[in-house]
Parts: sequence; structure tokens; C-alpha cells
Amino acid sequence: MRLIGRAHIEAVLRPAAPIVIALAAGGLILALLGRDPFAFYAQVVRRAITSQSGLQETLVLMAPLLLIAASLIVSFRAGLWNLGVDGQFLLAAVFVAAQAPGWVERMPYWVAVPALFLLAAAVGAIWSIVPALLRAYQGVNEIISTLMMTFLGLSTSALLVKTVFDDPDTAVPQTLVLPVAERLPRIADSLVHIGVPIAVIAILVVHYVMTRTSFGTRVGIVGHNPAAAHHFGLNVPRLTVGVLALSSALAGLAGAVEILGVRGVVRADWHPSYGLMVVPLVFLARFHGVVSILFVAFFAVLVIGGESASRRADLPNHFLLIMVALILLILALVERTAGRRAEAL
Amino acid sequence: MSAVEALLSATFVTAFVSGAVTAAVPLLLVGLGEQISEKAGVLNLGLEGMMLVGAYCGFALALASGSFWGGFGAGMAGGAFVAALMALLCVRFALNQIVVGIGLTLAAQGATSLAHHIQFSSTFPRLPRQPELALPLLSDIPVLGESLFTQHPFAYLSAAAIVLLAWLYRYSNVGLNLAAAGEKPAALDLAGVSVVATRCWAVLATGAFAGAGGAYLANVGAGLFVPFMTNGAGFMGIVLAMLARGRPSWVLAGALVVGLSTSLTTAVQVAGFQVPTDVVQMIPFALIIIFLVAFGRSARLPEALGRPYERGAH
Amino acid sequence: MGTAPAHERGWAPAAPSLLLSGITKRFPGVLANDAVSLALHPGEVHVLLGENGAGKSTLIGVLSGVVRPDAGSVSVRGRTVALRAPRDAIGAGIGTVYQHATLVPTLTVVENLMLGQRWSAPMRRDAAIERFETFARRLDVRIDPHAPAGDLALGEQQSVEIIKALWRGESILVLDEPTSMLTPQGVTELGRLLRRLANEGLAVLMVTHKLHEVLEIGDRVSILKRGRLVAELAPAEFKAMDRETAIATILAAMFDGGNSDAAAAGSVQPAAARGEAAPMLELAHVSTRPHGRETPLAAVSFTVAPGEIFGVAGVDGNGQQHLAEVIAGQRKASGGEIRLSGRDVTHQSVRERQALGLRFLTDDRLGEGSVGAFSVALNLVAKRVGEAPFWQRGVVRQERIDSHARELIARHDVRTPGAETPIAKLSGGNVQKALFARELSFDPQLVVYHKPTHGLDAANTRAARDLIRRRAEAGVAAVVISTELDELIELADRIGVMYRGRLIGIVPNERGAEATIGRLMTGVTGGHGAGDA
Repeated sequence: MRLIGRAHIEAVLRPAAPIVIALAAGGLILALLGRDPFAFYAQVVRRAITSQSGLQETLVLMAPLLLIAASLIVSFRAGLWNLGVDGQFLLAAVFVAAQAPGWVERMPYWVAVPALFLLAAAVGAIWSIVPALLRAYQGVNEIISTLMMTFLGLSTSALLVKTVFDDPDTAVPQTLVLPVAERLPRIADSLVHIGVPIAVIAILVVHYVMTRTSFGTRVGIVGHNPAAAHHFGLNVPRLTVGVLALSSALAGLAGAVEILGVRGVVRADWHPSYGLMVVPLVFLARFHGVVSILFVAFFAVLVIGGESASRRADLPNHFLLIMVALILLILALVERTAGRRAEAL
Repeated sequence: MSAVEALLSATFVTAFVSGAVTAAVPLLLVGLGEQISEKAGVLNLGLEGMMLVGAYCGFALALASGSFWGGFGAGMAGGAFVAALMALLCVRFALNQIVVGIGLTLAAQGATSLAHHIQFSSTFPRLPRQPELALPLLSDIPVLGESLFTQHPFAYLSAAAIVLLAWLYRYSNVGLNLAAAGEKPAALDLAGVSVVATRCWAVLATGAFAGAGGAYLANVGAGLFVPFMTNGAGFMGIVLAMLARGRPSWVLAGALVVGLSTSLTTAVQVAGFQVPTDVVQMIPFALIIIFLVAFGRSARLPEALGRPYERGAH
Repeated sequence: MGTAPAHERGWAPAAPSLLLSGITKRFPGVLANDAVSLALHPGEVHVLLGENGAGKSTLIGVLSGVVRPDAGSVSVRGRTVALRAPRDAIGAGIGTVYQHATLVPTLTVVENLMLGQRWSAPMRRDAAIERFETFARRLDVRIDPHAPAGDLALGEQQSVEIIKALWRGESILVLDEPTSMLTPQGVTELGRLLRRLANEGLAVLMVTHKLHEVLEIGDRVSILKRGRLVAELAPAEFKAMDRETAIATILAAMFDGGNSDAAAAGSVQPAAARGEAAPMLELAHVSTRPHGRETPLAAVSFTVAPGEIFGVAGVDGNGQQHLAEVIAGQRKASGGEIRLSGRDVTHQSVRERQALGLRFLTDDRLGEGSVGAFSVALNLVAKRVGEAPFWQRGVVRQERIDSHARELIARHDVRTPGAETPIAKLSGGNVQKALFARELSFDPQLVVYHKPTHGLDAANTRAARDLIRRRAEAGVAAVVISTELDELIELADRIGVMYRGRLIGIVPNERGAEATIGRLMTGVTGGHGAGDA
């Protein structure tokens, strides 16, 4: 199996021009705000790629993002909009954060960690059952139901952290802290924990399954043409539930990786909205696993490096959102025009 | 007095209902706006962004000029601006509506946050509280009158919008064109009406409504602007519109349910009950899920929703 | 108002209402229209005859403003008009009835008719209803203006479409293949309606690929072949010919020397007699539940012997869709039994029935029949995802799929740049060949063919029918569901007729069958031929 083929290289180079355009546009905004764009981008690169600690942080950030990307690839390929990833992520993270300290103490480490991963996957999967069944057997649009489950998930998580899972010894509502020593082992002496390679392997496995197995083919048929899926004799309801379960399990794993690898604790007010940002990345990668890795890496560089660069330029962190959005929109535009031109030939 | 007495006291109920209305109006506006887009076949995920931009523009102008009405105008213009981008990219250029919608929301979140930082850095200036308009006669009704019918004038306008839209949908050619654009755009095209133009106007109207909702949230609801202050209200509006089956009155019902539960959160705390706010916050979402389970099967979204139209492509 | 055609009443042919001059239109890879010139005169029903792929739809597109020609002009009553959009065509007085429904199903009839006004214009519903009633009287139809358009029967929908085309006072009526959904009687009625409209002074253009309609309905005949106008018969000339001469002349123009294609002329080729044997397929009182707008089945019973071709006739929308789906396993039967080779398959899935030798060639080749974005090769095995030898333990064996595809492509003459080409890029005829290839592979026992030659040109139609017949002779039983009666007469041993979800009669394919079937198609039972065989 060729991992990096010509098509992959093309898929990466194709967005190169629009990325440059978007970066230029961002640079223009910076200039208008009276900041030096070159210094800004130089700092981004310096921090996220060339600096040791920065590069490690970038890689560490990629772990949950890649798993969420894998989750979205599975669901989007089936034509299902799993917009509940943030809720699935958070709820799984909370359960893992609450159980981890105890389990790690009571079981051998190499048993506890996989068990915690399984817990996260299960919690994530369970959180999509209602939207999955509603969609599979009642035809209810999953955008609404998964969005609702996200909101419910956020509230439920906060509730759990403040009550059942609360660490009574701390003033701020949060779970028991998993000591740093018990978190996922690091590679060499860096900050990069094994969750990172696990995430990379996961998304590669997902890509393989989606492109080279009968399950992946079935998912593709449902995603491209549900009427044909029915005609071909596929059990669409069962596939729907299965796909959403797998997708949300992966989102749950992302939560586990974030807790076990980095944070070790969940505070009641914590909810990163990784899902929202990964959705467009996965779209632009055309649901291709390997290409997604590259887009996610690019995004992670922008976040880590941009954080530092923004601080230096005395801009709020959220300036990055504009950058990301610009890139997405320009990429989408270029994709479309290129696609049109190819069709007309 | 006991908790129950406190709950049923006039002041409490007044505050509770009043708070519910204040929370409901932005959702109503956003939901009504999204409904217009959806009827025309456009799934507008940039709603959250339109609302935020409207909130910021509305707040900034109201603060600078002291005019609340000017603030609403600015809010509507801001929302419409973002909507214009959406119309250009999704309707005219037929780009993927989900990618563009999320992209615009992210951009709006970043831009408003940046703008706030530039203009106010870390301060959060407040707007003076705008006097409310008490409707004659109606506001004299005990308890309810004071809360329900003593609102900022824009709230009444929003209520009027429900009636206007309902009339528009049923009795005007605009409504007919919207319905055709969402159900079977080819039919509209062949009848000689531009599908692209119809959808563009629909999206612009959505932006104006969302911007107004944002402006209301900032100026009347909170009295200030905080980055990311919409906090999912835009997505909630999308859900309300999807559930409302094309009827503006149903958007109102949904907005009130959510508004009531939001108000209930504060109310419960005031009354001294030990119910966690998170539980109360969950009520509207749980209700919607229950609604979906019970009635989801019969909900019909416009046939062409989310699909860009190209002549001759069928 | 006289009922005789205008030219018989002694009027001189009026100046043309509409003139097409030198219309040329090119699409990538095909010259759809090649310098076509056509005139429509008021008082005439002008029939444009041509095979599928001859360029008829493109010409209609030009007339309705949907397609902009590369060269040539259109003039209405002497004035050149630029038809850049449907609005221009409507403004020029051209009303078009399209082949595919253009009514919005959720809006009422009258709302559909009001569609297209300026957004700022006030909506006058009452005036519209009055207007509708006038039209309804003029066309002699009875339809509830407040009914949702989606609830109307197909024939009623077409009447509304005609009213819609004339709504704004159009004087030129263009119809694109209006008869595909009609019974033989319905075609006659349409012909009468068009005649009435022509007599009122309208210029009518009807496009079709069926020869007998030309003979029945047309005053003036033009023949389009591969984008060019190859013949035109003026009314005087055409009416002077007797039926045989007319047919011969037209066929000669269409097929370069009277290739005597049975497909075009609808000639009858009786099918060979089949022997007695245990039935291959049995339906016993099969019913289905209503779902959407399709007509459900009501206690349908019939049997099909091995190697027999059983035809199913009927106006489209009388239960054929449910019948095809329930046999294939795509739809659950709410009552009754289905037996394949004596085995009860009523509760078996699509895949299980396929494994027993049952195949289904759907009429919706691009909708449910194939996945457009997938390669031809993958589509050819799409009903066997996960099965050996193409998948081994869940993993795909691409080489096996490819070699299988190459073999089928060669055997069935599927014209495609390659096996990996996305199937949506193939022409309709080649997609159909691919679907034939798929369904007929791996030893089928019985194939349900739903409108197998719909939309195909003469050559592909011939090939498809021959294929069905050859396989039947080799023992592959067939249920052929078709709205083309001549196709069933050519292929089938016996023909059942669907009406409102019931199989109201089974007619052996012998002399006079056509007339009997035509009657049954309108629901008239009684007389010979009814009952199970």
C-alpha cells in the first residue's frame, strides 16, 4: 500500500497557492492594524516548528485533533453530519478524568490505560445513540439532534464535574487530578506522549478501512447515494447507527488522549471547541486520511505559533480565528474554480 | 417567607417572565431569520457569526452615538454584511454551505474579538439601561402586564415581525418564490424567476434578522459586549428554525421555551433552591430531543435544502 | 369553432408564429443541433420526430430559453428575439411543457400557476382561480385548484402543466415528449386537445420519438437525426399520403433506407412458445403498504415459468414501482407470499434473493441503479460488496474487481474510457449496458427488468431486447415491466396489466392482444383474457 503517492502530493500542493494567498491577506490585515506581518509569521514558524518545545507542543495538540478528524471522516463519508463531536469529546474526557486516578492505582498501568480508552470510546458512542436511532429509523435530521446532544453534553459534563466527580479538596470544581507521573508515557525526553503516534495510527487505520475494506465501501455508497445503498441491499439503518457509534467513539478517544496525555484533570468551565475547527479541515482534505494529517498539522502550527505571535504583537488570541477562516474560505473558493475548470476540459 | 411563597410573589414572577422575554427575543429574531433562508433552500451555518457581528456593531454604535435605534440599524447592517459574503460564496458560487457557514462563524468570532480588543482592550463599557415602553391597557394587567407588555420597543417590533412574515409566506408572491426555491428550484427557474436572486435576498434578510438579534442581545439583554457572547444562540436558532416547520409562530414557541428555561436558571437561584444551574440549562435541549423523538418523523425540511442550484443540472 | 384542421378549411398557411434559423449548439464531444431551421405556423400541430440523442431536447432548450445556441436565431412573428432565460421565452409568448414535471409538489395547483410573477406584484388568488376554471373548461378537465400538485395523478399534472404553459397568454406551445405517461386513449385525448388549441390559433410543436403519435397527431412532420433536420413533410403533402407511404417515408428519412427497425415502427414479433414447467416465480396475493406517492399493490398474483418472459403493462404509476421493488426485496410485502423456485422468499433480503438467482434491473439507472462518482468497475460489483472473490476477509481485491470489469465491459460492449472511469461520465446507453452486465452476471435465474429500454436510442434498444430474449431462450426467466406496449408485444409470452395496484388481467401474447391490453390499461375488465394463468 503506497502511503504517499503522487495523488497525495498533488492534493497537498493544490491548496498551496490559496494558502499563500490567505496568508498574504492575513498579513495585510496585520499591516492595517499596524503590526509587522513578517515578524508575525516568522514568530509563528519559530515558535511552532523550529523551537524544540514549540514543535513538541504542536505535535501534542495534534493528538486530539487527529482523532476528531478521524471521527469526522468516518461520519462525513457516510453523509452523516456528526456535529456532536464536541459533546462526545467532553463527556468522555470527564469520565476518563474522574476514573483515571482510581483505576491507575488499582490496576496495572498497561491494563488501566486501554481500559480508560475503552471507557472513553464507550461514553462517546453512547452519547450518539439517540441521534443515531432517530436518524436511522425515523429519518430525523442528525444536524439538529447531534447539536442538541452537544449542548446537553456540555451541561451534563459541567454538572458531573461539579457534583459526582468533584474533587472535594479543591475550591474550584474539578475532578481528581491524575498525577503527571501517571499520565501517558512520553517519547524520549519530550512533551510528546504516546497518544500522538496512537492518534496518527488511528487516522491512518480509519483511512485504510474507509478506502480498502468492504465496510468502507458500504459507507461510501451510503454517503454518495443512499437510494443506491437501499437498492444494492445494504442495511442502511444498521450502517447509520454503526457509523455514528464509531465516529463518536473516536471523538471520545480524543477526549481520553487529551486528559491522559496532557491535562490530567477537567475543570467545570473547560470546553475547547476542537470539533468546530476540524470540520472545515476535513472537508478541504476531501475526507482523505493522509491529507487530513497535513491539514491538521498546518492548523496546529498556526494555533501554537499564532498564540505566541499574537501575544508578541499585542493582539488577542482570537485573531487566529480570522486567519483560519480566511484560509478556509479562500481554499474553498479555489477548490471550486479548479474543479469547475477540470470538468469543462 | 417560604420558598414557594417567594416563587409565587409578584416581583418574582414579574422578573421571571420579563427575563424570559428578554432572553427569548434574540432567539426569536435569529430563528425567524434562519427560517427565511431555510425556506429558500439555504442551510445557513454562519448564523452565529452574523449574530455576533450584529451584536458588536450594534453595541459600538449605540455606545458612540447614544442611540439605541441607531444601534439596531448598525446591527442589522453588520449581520447583513456577513450574510452578503455567505450569499456570494454559497449561492452565487455554489460553495459548500457547511464549510462556508462555519468559516464565516469562525471569522466573525475572531474579528469581533479583535475589534473589541482594539477598541476597548480589556474594558467592558456598559450601555445605560434603555427605558421600556409600557403598552397602554395591556401593561395594567396584574403581574403579567408589567412583565410581558413592558418591554423595549424592539421586542414589540419582533412580535410584529412574526405576523408580517406569516402573512408574507401565505399571501404574497415573495412567499411563493421562497417556497419554490426551497422545494423545487427548477420550477421557479423555468417560471422565469431567478433562483439565485431569490436565495440571495433570503440570505441577506436572514443576516439582518440575526444582526438585529445580536444587537438586542448586547444592547438590551446584557448592556455590554463580550467576545463570543452569543454562546451558541445562533446554532440554537438553526435548530428552532428546523423544528418550526415553516411557521413563524412555532419559532416563537421554541424561543419562549428556551427563554423561560434561561430565566428559570436565575430565578431558581434567587429563590434559594439548590438546583444546579446546569440542570436547568439542560431543560430546553432535553425538551427538543423529546420533541424529536415524539414528532421527528413527520418533520419535513425543504427538499432542496443545502443543495446549490444550477440550471439544467437535473 | 371548427374542428377540422386549419389547412383543410381553405386557409392559406399563415405566416409563421415562430421561426428557428440555423440553430447550432455544441456540447463537449457532441454536436447537438446542426444548423436546424424550423417554422411553427398558427393553426398547425407540428410534430418533431427523432430518436433519443437526435438533439430534440436541446432544441426545446433553445426555444424555452434554457439553452443558448452557438449560432442561429429565433424570431417570433417576424421579430428576432434573444432568448437568454426562461423569462424571455415566456415574454415572447412561448409556453413550454417539459418532459420532467416542473410543478412544485407542496404547492397547490393554483399556487403553481401563479408562480413566476414579480415579487412586488400583489397576489390575486381569486382572479387566478377564475382564470384556472376558464382554462379547465377550455381543456375539458376537472381538477381541484386547491389540491397540492403532488397529489394529482400524472395525467392531471400534465394538464396543469399545459395550462401553466398557456397561463400568460402564450400563443406558441411546445411540448417535450408529453406522452410517455399516457395510455393509448390518453394519447388520443392529448391529440384532440392539441388539435383544439391549434384551431384556436395556437402554433403547437410536439416533440416525440414514437412514430404512431406522429401519424395520429401531426399536421406537419419534421425529422431530426443526429442534430440535423433531415426531412420535413408539409401538411398538404403529409395528409395526402396513406398510412403505409407515410410510415415508409418517415422511416427512410430516419434510418437511411428503411432499416425497418422494429423499435421505431412498433411492429410485432411474436415470442416463441414456452413449455410447461414448475414456476420460477410465484406471487400469491401480494400487497404492499402505501408509501409516498407511489401506488401500493393490492393482492397481486401471477406466476412465471422458467425461461418465460412475463410482461407487465400499464400506465406509469399504477403499482409497477412497488411490484418491481417487492419482488426484488427492496420493499416489504404487507401481505401475501413470494416464492422463487418453490422457495418462500417473502421475508428474505435483497442480498439473499440475489444469491438465489433473482436480479433487478431498475429503471432509475443514475438514481438508485449506480453511484455516479464510483468507477464502472466498482458499480459492476456494487451488489456484492464484501463477497468473495472481490473482497477477502473484508479487504478489497482490486485486481479481481478490475479484471471482472474488463471482461464484462468487453462482453457487453460498454463504451467507456476505462474501467476506472466514474460511471456518471458514460452516456445513458452505456450505463444501461453496464447495469445489464451487472445483473446478468453470476448465473441469474430470474431478472426483473423495469423499463429496460427507456431513453435508449434505436440501436441500444434493439440490443437490449435481443439480450433479454436470448437469455430467456437460455433459461433466464424475465419479468419485463414497461410502458411501451410494442416492447412487450415483441418480447413477452404473456402480459399482465397493472391498474391501480391490481393485476387486473393477464393476456396471452397473440393476435388482438394489443387492443385487449389497451382496454385493461384504462381499468376496463370483463371479456377474455382476465385471470391467472
